[in-house]
Amino acid sequence: MRRFAQRVLALSSKEVRHVVRDPRSLYLALGMPVVMILLFGFGVSFDLDRLPVAFVDHDASATTRALRQRLTASADLSDAGLSTSVAEAERRMIAGEVVAVVVFPPGFEARLRRGQRADVQLLIDGADNNTAVQVRAKTEAALRVLGLSASAQAVNAGKPPVSARSWTRFNPEARSAVFLVPGIAAYVLAIVAVLLTALTVAREWERGSMAQLFATPVGRLEIVIGKLLPYVALGALAVLLVLAVGTTVFDVPFRGSPLALAVLSILFLAGMLGQGLMISVITRNQMVATQAGALSSMLPSMLLSGFVFPIENMPAPLQAVSAIVPARYYVDGLRAILLRGAGLDTLWPQALALLAFAAVTVAISTARFRRVVA
Amino acid sequence: MSALTATSLVRRYGAVEAVRGVDLAVEPGELHGLVGPDGAGKTTTIGCLAGLMHPDAGEVRVLGEDPMARGSSAREHLGLMPQEYSLYGDLTVGENLHFFGQLFGLDRATYRARVERLLGITRLAPFADRRADALSGGMYKKLALSCALLHEPEALLLDEPTNGVDPVSRRELWELIYAFVDDGMAVLVSTPTMDEAARCHLVSLMHEGRIVAQGAPGALTDALENPVCEVVGGERGALHELLEGHEAVVAASPAGARLRVVLTPGAEPRIAADLAPLGAELRRVPPDFEDLFLATVWRAGHDEAA
Repeated sequence: MRRFAQRVLALSSKEVRHVVRDPRSLYLALGMPVVMILLFGFGVSFDLDRLPVAFVDHDASATTRALRQRLTASADLSDAGLSTSVAEAERRMIAGEVVAVVVFPPGFEARLRRGQRADVQLLIDGADNNTAVQVRAKTEAALRVLGLSASAQAVNAGKPPVSARSWTRFNPEARSAVFLVPGIAAYVLAIVAVLLTALTVAREWERGSMAQLFATPVGRLEIVIGKLLPYVALGALAVLLVLAVGTTVFDVPFRGSPLALAVLSILFLAGMLGQGLMISVITRNQMVATQAGALSSMLPSMLLSGFVFPIENMPAPLQAVSAIVPARYYVDGLRAILLRGAGLDTLWPQALALLAFAAVTVAISTARFRRVVA
Repeated sequence: MSALTATSLVRRYGAVEAVRGVDLAVEPGELHGLVGPDGAGKTTTIGCLAGLMHPDAGEVRVLGEDPMARGSSAREHLGLMPQEYSLYGDLTVGENLHFFGQLFGLDRATYRARVERLLGITRLAPFADRRADALSGGMYKKLALSCALLHEPEALLLDEPTNGVDPVSRRELWELIYAFVDDGMAVLVSTPTMDEAARCHLVSLMHEGRIVAQGAPGALTDALENPVCEVVGGERGALHELLEGHEAVVAASPAGARLRVVLTPGAEPRIAADLAPLGAELRRVPPDFEDLFLATVWRAGHDEAA
């Protein structure tokens, strides 16, 4: 047992030296996650702000002026000026100058004074679905705050017969960063963990040192553990870094259990490292391992994890495939922990799924990892 | 008990039979040379003995154990210096040594004493902090040998250790090997250079996957039936024409200004008679290891044809 620990430690400290001597892997492990989270956080945002809105004010009262001011007071909507008629406002929408038109009907202020229901008409450009949905949500939210009911009327939609009063919890401002950071964390970790491990074993084969290792008393398990340990530590560091940037730069909340976060992260990392190990044991070649590692980690964790595209919207076959993508469970769990304040009591299915993936990949790679050079 | 044995060892790569029934044994304190040209099967034989590949038939034993068996202690007492670069180039000389010291479970005091001795003999001490990939070819090989010797194995496998090494480093490498053989280590060393075979106690000549001759280098050359001669006099072009392809000439190669020939047994008078009209004569010389190898390979082919 003492010999086991000594050999694992020897392999791990050797691996740490490789990493420290090769700044590229350090950059890959710690620099890339930060660069990516900043890039994604700032660049890839589904949030729209400063949406130009035109106003048609048939009432021309103090109330409508105040309302117009308050609607455009936040950064979401910007005042594109008054139009004299709905027809003129529509022309501006067709020209692409404004994405929405707010129409105050005549007698608006008077109706309010009498305690009657006063409607505001909202015309929305439905050409860009995302913009239409957001402008409608933002205007409605603003009007609701003002205690008024807006009758939403998109250009191609009729008046909704039933009005729902919705209340968005956990991410009320619907900020993309809050939603994306957990996804980015999973994406970045997947790439880093798979690539680094895929390279480390393949490199040993390529430079011929594997033969030298096999001629010593060191066992397969010792090689696997000794090689993985430093990358588990490095991966854990990357998780903390991503979360630190997420919570400080993008104000992502951290409401849930740190224990659950640690458990899910370690299990996810173990699975990703196992996947990398499997690739490098099978390919034995750094070049092929890099390609296979990048593809097998990047695409599923980007496209099939729910990071960008909701899994519920995928066709059934893709949904089935996503069931074996560990990033899916990690993204799910991370969102639950960070945003909804969940703990292991509700996240154990995700933890189990991650554990299963890790167990299968490590088992396959140890089985395929033969102590022979030819 | 022999430290290293191979019995009827066969190893194939797909359809290619690299090793075709090799038998050899290396005793403690013996320096055994595995000599043959590139592609003879030397590296494969060593790979099987090191437990790096499964034999297709026959068996190998290291200190009486199967080196591939699970939980085999053979690897604790086995040293290997592979032919290709196999250390960590981004680690320093000291770090490489320390890594292998740890893998073999050496305690601090033992490790220090051994490293001091090895770095002393190899004169690598001043380069302890240099990265392995910044070492010259000779220094690298000395480091690789030191790593293989660190745990003072009872059996040592060296695959062409002096390949690409300058003569001074080569002598130092041999000195290091001798120092450990004298302490009772069993060493199997492969080499394609025939002059190095003379440094070994026993030699196995390997050709096309088989061992074609085995014995002490002096005894093997003494027992050579083929006469080895130098051709004195005559005009080179004409001599070449006569001897090249002559059925009684096993091999002809230039040796300085003269031509050195290995003949079939008893062919000396006949060749001498053929040479006389060209104004040349045969002068018997003591056979060296290269002659032995050429003659042995010839005999192997001859026996096969017969």
